[in-house]
Amino acid sequence: MSLLHWAVLSPFLLAFIIPILYKLFRQIHTGWFVMILPIVLFTYFSRFIPLTKQGEVITERAAWIPSLGIHVDFYVDGLGLLFALLITGIGSLVVLYSVFYLSKEKERLNQFYVFLLLFMGAMLGVVLSDNLIVLYSFWEFTSLSSFLLIGYWNERERSRYGAQKSLLITVLGGLSLLGGIILLSIMGNTFSIRELILQSGELMDHPLFTPALLLVLLGAFTKSAQFPFHIWLPDAMEAPTPVSAYLHSATMVKAGIYLVARLSPVFAESGLWFWLVSIAGLITLFWGSFSAIKQTDLKGILAFSTISQLGLIMSLLGLGAAALHHESLGENIYLAATVAAVFHLINHATFKGSLFMVAGIIDHETGTRDIRRLGGLMQLMPITFTVALIGAFSMAGLPPFNGFLSKEMFLASMVNVLELDIFNMETWGVLFPVLAWVASVFTFIYSMIVVLKPFTGKLQLQLLEKKPHEAPIGMLISPIILASLVIVFGIFPNLLSSRIIKPAVAGIQPSLVGPDFQVHIAFWHGFQPEVWMTVGIIAFGILLYKTLQKWQKITQWIPERISLNALYDNGVRGLEHSASSVMKVLMTGSIRTYLLSIFLFFILSLGFTLYWKDAFKFDTGNFAPIGFYEIVLAAIIVIGSIAILFAKSRLTSIIILGAVGYTISLFFVLLRAPDLALTQLVIETISVSLFLLCFFHLPLMASRREERMTFRLNNALISIGVGVIVTLIALSAHSNKLFDSISNYYLENAYKEAGGKNVVNVILVDFRGLDTMFEISVLSIAALGIFAMIKLRATGGKDKP
Amino acid sequence: MKQNDLILQTVTKVAAFVILLFAVAIFLGGHYSPGGGFVGGLMTSAAIVLLLLAFDIKTVTGILPIDYKLMIGSGLFISTLTVAGGLLFGVPLMTHVYHYIDLPLLGHISLHTAVLFDLGVYLVVVGVTMTIIQTIGESE
Repeated sequence: MSLLHWAVLSPFLLAFIIPILYKLFRQIHTGWFVMILPIVLFTYFSRFIPLTKQGEVITERAAWIPSLGIHVDFYVDGLGLLFALLITGIGSLVVLYSVFYLSKEKERLNQFYVFLLLFMGAMLGVVLSDNLIVLYSFWEFTSLSSFLLIGYWNERERSRYGAQKSLLITVLGGLSLLGGIILLSIMGNTFSIRELILQSGELMDHPLFTPALLLVLLGAFTKSAQFPFHIWLPDAMEAPTPVSAYLHSATMVKAGIYLVARLSPVFAESGLWFWLVSIAGLITLFWGSFSAIKQTDLKGILAFSTISQLGLIMSLLGLGAAALHHESLGENIYLAATVAAVFHLINHATFKGSLFMVAGIIDHETGTRDIRRLGGLMQLMPITFTVALIGAFSMAGLPPFNGFLSKEMFLASMVNVLELDIFNMETWGVLFPVLAWVASVFTFIYSMIVVLKPFTGKLQLQLLEKKPHEAPIGMLISPIILASLVIVFGIFPNLLSSRIIKPAVAGIQPSLVGPDFQVHIAFWHGFQPEVWMTVGIIAFGILLYKTLQKWQKITQWIPERISLNALYDNGVRGLEHSASSVMKVLMTGSIRTYLLSIFLFFILSLGFTLYWKDAFKFDTGNFAPIGFYEIVLAAIIVIGSIAILFAKSRLTSIIILGAVGYTISLFFVLLRAPDLALTQLVIETISVSLFLLCFFHLPLMASRREERMTFRLNNALISIGVGVIVTLIALSAHSNKLFDSISNYYLENAYKEAGGKNVVNVILVDFRGLDTMFEISVLSIAALGIFAMIKLRATGGKDKP
Repeated sequence: MKQNDLILQTVTKVAAFVILLFAVAIFLGGHYSPGGGFVGGLMTSAAIVLLLLAFDIKTVTGILPIDYKLMIGSGLFISTLTVAGGLLFGVPLMTHVYHYIDLPLLGHISLHTAVLFDLGVYLVVVGVTMTIIQTIGESE
């Protein structure tokens, strides 16, 4: 356990303490305690910047399951560090913002911050783990904490719906990622990402390469809300706004992007990877920006815009893969796509974070986020307006903000695609810049909607729930910091280029980034195609925004019932229906039916196995001589068992059953097994008395006569079948001695190793002690279950007396 | 259903204690002669069941005011601690240690951590059996 391990685990540890602090200091907003941690962690991680700048990598190991080769290896390189800084940096700002956003009187702050800390720790774990299994565990933890946070206001139906949707989709992806990880580990014989990267050349030719690639990408696409899995993200907006700003725009949804970037060195040489990642990204970019325009909820617009921007970053990562095929070129133009992806990732976190916080402020101050009701807030909330303006212009790709720079780089990369002559790009490549340009026009339009609709136009006070005024200063600090970063990164982009961006790019494409590789981001490169594209975007954007009323109907051309959401809803509903119909057939509530199906299954499966494996064998060779007592006891048992069938009353049946049980314990005495005899004797006593007690609960028979079940052929057949199968198995087990019995080992070692002379007991408490441990756990669960079912059973609306 | 249980009650008063003592004896002796936590627990429960049969449930809960659910929990707790205890000394789970001492009167005695584990089993078995019997017996 190194300091790095403690840094990643610290959010989990704090999550344990927060509820206590919440109880002790109700007067102080819990958020203040939480805020310290991300700030400390941010400072801690920023100390790594000079190290990763020089291309160093910090690795710390702690053993977790050494026998399976699973170690908690944390590993800080440029890529991981970039994400760690985002998580802790945005995390600090979001926690500060939440202190003012969530009321300490009304909200369950202890739960909120515990979930948030769980997420923070899990996300740090995802981006810093080297071991894929560890990464996967943290990955699922982020899905879980996101589920809890979306459903935070669990009294709202929409919150529960959104939480369930996000969980179903992201966990589906998570499981597929696990599949991919297992395939990777089979191919490379390791769980370590770095070791896999070293063997990437050999992995390419492995037959499992393509399935692994597809499974990993499915995981990444669901997490990063890529088309067609994007549908969960808009519904995730039911979470409190700080959560949306943090998880669903700046960090968690970028876990998929992180995974694609991290595993690029393993997969990127394949043409399939190039196509899937870049096309999925482009379609998402286009579809997200197109759908954003028809939204009326401010957070809905931002959600779709996040989807679209994630698609943008994803497509850039896909294009960056082309760089691997151009090593001979002096200046590798495709590497620029990867640089653009990293740069846009940072920019997106800044401007989208500030916009989400603005949306939260508007919601907080006016009581609505519906852009049809909002308007004219500019005069009332000038600071908020300024922040929104900066964020939206950056998102639209206008100078001098950081979004402009990365957008230009994005467009340039898309144009460069035209020169690509691999993977059939010469025919389809032209689609790339066209789709990118159209999507950028839509991006421009929705950015304008976000800033202009609420803040300009006519103020309609009667539509608002509260009288709006400027937000408290504490709520404004975080968006102001983010907006200033938008400007700073816009004017001085090279603050980031060698410190953050270059090391991160080196993490994505280690084979291409040498010591002489330099990232330089400039405002002006002369009249390149991307400049004209930007001019076109602004011109068309303004034109279309002005005429929005006339063509907005087109965005609704897909009817609701054939949309992806309807597909999801029908799927979930169908699943519930089929599950409940299966349950209705199987779970009748009658123990007789359950026993019938259990025994039937028993007969069929064991009978089939006996027949299939040809396992039946009857060998009288090593039988012990059968003595007089054995015959007598066996006769008693057989007669007793048959007598039970004909007994007239329940009491008689139970007494005969007890007699059979006691006879069996006599058998144990005969066979010199005192322990078993003793146990059987006591068990029989107790179970007979239990049966007597249960009499009370059996339904009263009509006219006080105890009625027996009538004879039924199929029941008889099943019971005879069970008897036959058990007998056959017992005989075969005795006749087939496939390997030496373990008894001798126990007999020899019971005293030597465990210091006990009673072998049975030594086995129970020592040799097979873990079995006993779990057996008593099962017993306990059963007892508590019976207690719960009887004591706490539903009283039909009435309170128990 | 009022019956005259005088004989049963009188016998029970003596027999229950004999059974209880015997149960404790086979529990402790388990490592060297037939017995152990499981049988000992069951026998203890049998003694209590006998009490329940002879007297009624109220009297018995008066004599033995035990929350059997708590007993399950403490049994599991003791067993788990014994199982995990080895970890503190850097040896695998479930490693038992034992030692022989000579005591006056009792003679050569072995002290074994397996007994602690078995104590957990004993408590769980008594707790489980009695919880089930009490719950079913009490319910209306």
